[in-house]
Amino acid sequence: MSHEIMRSTVVPIIYLLSTMLFIFGIKQLARVKTARRGNALAAVGMLLAIIGSLLELGLVDYRWIASGMLIGTIIGAAFAIRVQMTAMPEMVALFNGFGGIASALVAVSVYWDLVVQRAPTGRVYGALGSYESITVMLSILIGGITFTGSLVALLKLQGKLKKGQPILLPARHYITFGLLFASFVFGGIAVAAGASESIVWVLALAAVSLILGILLTIPIGGADMPVVVSLLNSYSGVAASMAGFVIGNPLLIIAGAMVGAAGLILTQIMCVAMNRSLLNVLVGGFGVTDGGGGGSEEYKNVTSCGPEEAAMVLENAESVIIIPGYGLAVAQAQHAVRELADMLKARGTKVTYAIHPVAGRMPGHMNVLLAEADVPYEELVEMDVINPEFKNTDVVIVLGANDVVNPAATNDPSSPIAGMPILNAHEARSVFVVKRSLSAGYAGIKNDLFEYDNTMMIFGDAKKVLQGLIAEVKAL
Amino acid sequence: MTLGPLLIGIYVFVLASFVGFEMITKVPPTLHTPLMSGANAISGITVVGAIAAATTGAPTVANILGAVAIATATINVVGGFLVTDRMLRMFGKKKKPKALAPGAERVEAEGREAVRK
Repeated sequence: MSHEIMRSTVVPIIYLLSTMLFIFGIKQLARVKTARRGNALAAVGMLLAIIGSLLELGLVDYRWIASGMLIGTIIGAAFAIRVQMTAMPEMVALFNGFGGIASALVAVSVYWDLVVQRAPTGRVYGALGSYESITVMLSILIGGITFTGSLVALLKLQGKLKKGQPILLPARHYITFGLLFASFVFGGIAVAAGASESIVWVLALAAVSLILGILLTIPIGGADMPVVVSLLNSYSGVAASMAGFVIGNPLLIIAGAMVGAAGLILTQIMCVAMNRSLLNVLVGGFGVTDGGGGGSEEYKNVTSCGPEEAAMVLENAESVIIIPGYGLAVAQAQHAVRELADMLKARGTKVTYAIHPVAGRMPGHMNVLLAEADVPYEELVEMDVINPEFKNTDVVIVLGANDVVNPAATNDPSSPIAGMPILNAHEARSVFVVKRSLSAGYAGIKNDLFEYDNTMMIFGDAKKVLQGLIAEVKAL
Repeated sequence: MTLGPLLIGIYVFVLASFVGFEMITKVPPTLHTPLMSGANAISGITVVGAIAAATTGAPTVANILGAVAIATATINVVGGFLVTDRMLRMFGKKKKPKALAPGAERVEAEGREAVRK
């Protein structure tokens, strides 16, 4: 097969296949059951894309390409295999930074080849092409911001840089907007300048983009970093897309744009789960006032979600434990909870109820309430019997209970409820707490469980939430 | 109507963005980090651009920049997909929580063996 047919037909078809694999991959990554396959599909798509790009080149000198890929593979694999599970967000931030700088470097490399090394007599936009020259500058800007922004996010996640606290410079908004404006000016001058004069402006643009990445990230608190990493991930997609314009490759444009948009949506979803607006996160300074006082009543790092997301987790659960409390009685939700349990059991899930001795407002309150809804007696399990079960349980649903699942009782000797026996709900893989608000329970104290990483709050009346869950599970 | 390469590029960019927006609507919170990590690995697609930027053997600035871009983009791709898979493997194993523990211990022991050798 001639190289011409290869380039005009075979390579574009390979790129198309690769695009489709990316689409299926991302879609499947958003569901628990298919997520691992989705990741594998996307990886195959990437392999195809690399094979396609090598075929497109034909016979060239592979020395630089091969050494770059070899070094990248060794470093990337070493990082991925050695990293601790708990350090995953840091790892994603670091990889994201590498992706961003790669896009910027591609743009600088193309610029250096066509403008500096070949030293054409005309202007930069003549040598690169008018829109290519603009996308070269955008690629450098966005790629640079992504790189340093991700590195700052990494340090904040590790608790370095003032222990992750926001760093607020005076007049920071003016500085940031001033630099952003300057970067557009530098880029514009570079595009319009002659070949030799443009170098200094391109380098200035690169420097400003690196500074901008730092300035945009330091005012944001460590707890908000996952949102920031997700947003920077979106940026690195856009940077890749811009690099696609530079080299005229639709695969880069498509994959970059998709990641850019999907990253933006994911950022939004994460903001909603934290009860914050994106703007509120980006402006930064959140949590400056709470200087780490241990007994503070403020909740930090609380994650919330809706019935839809909870249903998606329930779909894959093998075992579910329901912890009823006073809120269940107030909401008169005993029939709804039984309906949900029946549906889950019909799907093959093991459902039990954990009854704390002081759940509700009187001994046996929960037993009575659930018996009223014809919940089989043998499904109600007492605290001492069920506590060893939690660590092997996929999902715990806390329905209007509060103090009886507060891990502070065992972990914090200074807590007013220290020593109270609790249901070890926090040991389960996922915990959903259905509650009207973050207000304190009977004991009037903060519940540490709500801040656990595996805990998701579902705010609302127990009965309404259960009805929402039932509708969602039905729709699965 | 004939579209120039710039307009085709913009068409593709806008439509692909819409696909990206529509692809993700609801994501269970447990998947936030893996999805972010997987999408991040895909943004390493810039490796394709980097490969096109280092095609001669000469040690020029452009080639060296291209090679560094290939290396960093490859770190993003290889590391990104591997790390996502490691995270997602934890979901897959939940069916046999008891069988998981000895297996994990064994892998760790093997790792220690390897270090000693």
